[in-house]
Amino acid sequence: MSLWEYANPVKFMRLTGRLLPFLCVLTAVSLATGIIWGFFGTPDDYKQGSTVKIIFIHVPAATMAVSAWFMMLVTSLIWLIRRHHISALAAKAAAPIGLTLTLIALGTGAIWGKPMWGTYWAWDPRLTSFLILAVFYLGYIALWKAVEDNDTAADLTSILCMVGSVFAFLSRYAVNFWNQGLHQGASIAVNKEQHVDNAYIYPLFLSFAGFFLLFVTLVFVRTRTEIRLRRAAALQARSL
Amino acid sequence: MPELGKYADTVILAYVVSLALIFGLVALTWVQNRRAKRLLNAQEANHGK
Repeated sequence: MSLWEYANPVKFMRLTGRLLPFLCVLTAVSLATGIIWGFFGTPDDYKQGSTVKIIFIHVPAATMAVSAWFMMLVTSLIWLIRRHHISALAAKAAAPIGLTLTLIALGTGAIWGKPMWGTYWAWDPRLTSFLILAVFYLGYIALWKAVEDNDTAADLTSILCMVGSVFAFLSRYAVNFWNQGLHQGASIAVNKEQHVDNAYIYPLFLSFAGFFLLFVTLVFVRTRTEIRLRRAAALQARSL
Repeated sequence: MPELGKYADTVILAYVVSLALIFGLVALTWVQNRRAKRLLNAQEANHGK
């Protein structure tokens, strides 16, 4: 069995239809547990006080905001190379989710920044590249809406996605390139000394799992919506 | 409710804004999906499936 079989809309609908009930339950459980544990069950930080509780939303949302764009890049490349409609629709479906996650990351970052940095906003490399990423998400969504022909829209948005990937990459690694910004480097990384206490790390991982599952679940549901709309439009066109 | 000290407003605001955005997105996704399902059902009924 090949992965490409699921580029067939019927097979995609059948598979995701079976998976979605489980995914919904897993998402709700992991997200609720991670956030509730983080909010109610973690101690204050000696420096940040209770504002440390914001990491259980801010860090997973920011990570998934960038990951969503990379998922869109992969599916856009699949569209450009293999012309599988499902991959173009999955990229389209992911954009509003990515935008929401970017706004959450920017919003929670600004709210946390006021008491900790003394300002809601600074033209720091990571903050700025995240703001540009949000603008790219908006542009991507607008471009899908602006172009009437679906294949042309998929082509143009795929190219926009490739350009925007530079900023998605920068928003993830900006702190490694330019160290003069306010934003600190990654606290959790593979092959690196751990900077986060165990009291925070477990709810944080659960919250990460919750945000990841939320993204996957919403992409599946939204892709199914797009497939249905395409099918309905095709039937309507046939009746004219 | 945990003791949030002098940063209570900051922490609560961050959670309220984030949860509102998440629930808003989930609700929008659900509504759009229901609408698409209804539309497709109506089109398929018109065409005798």
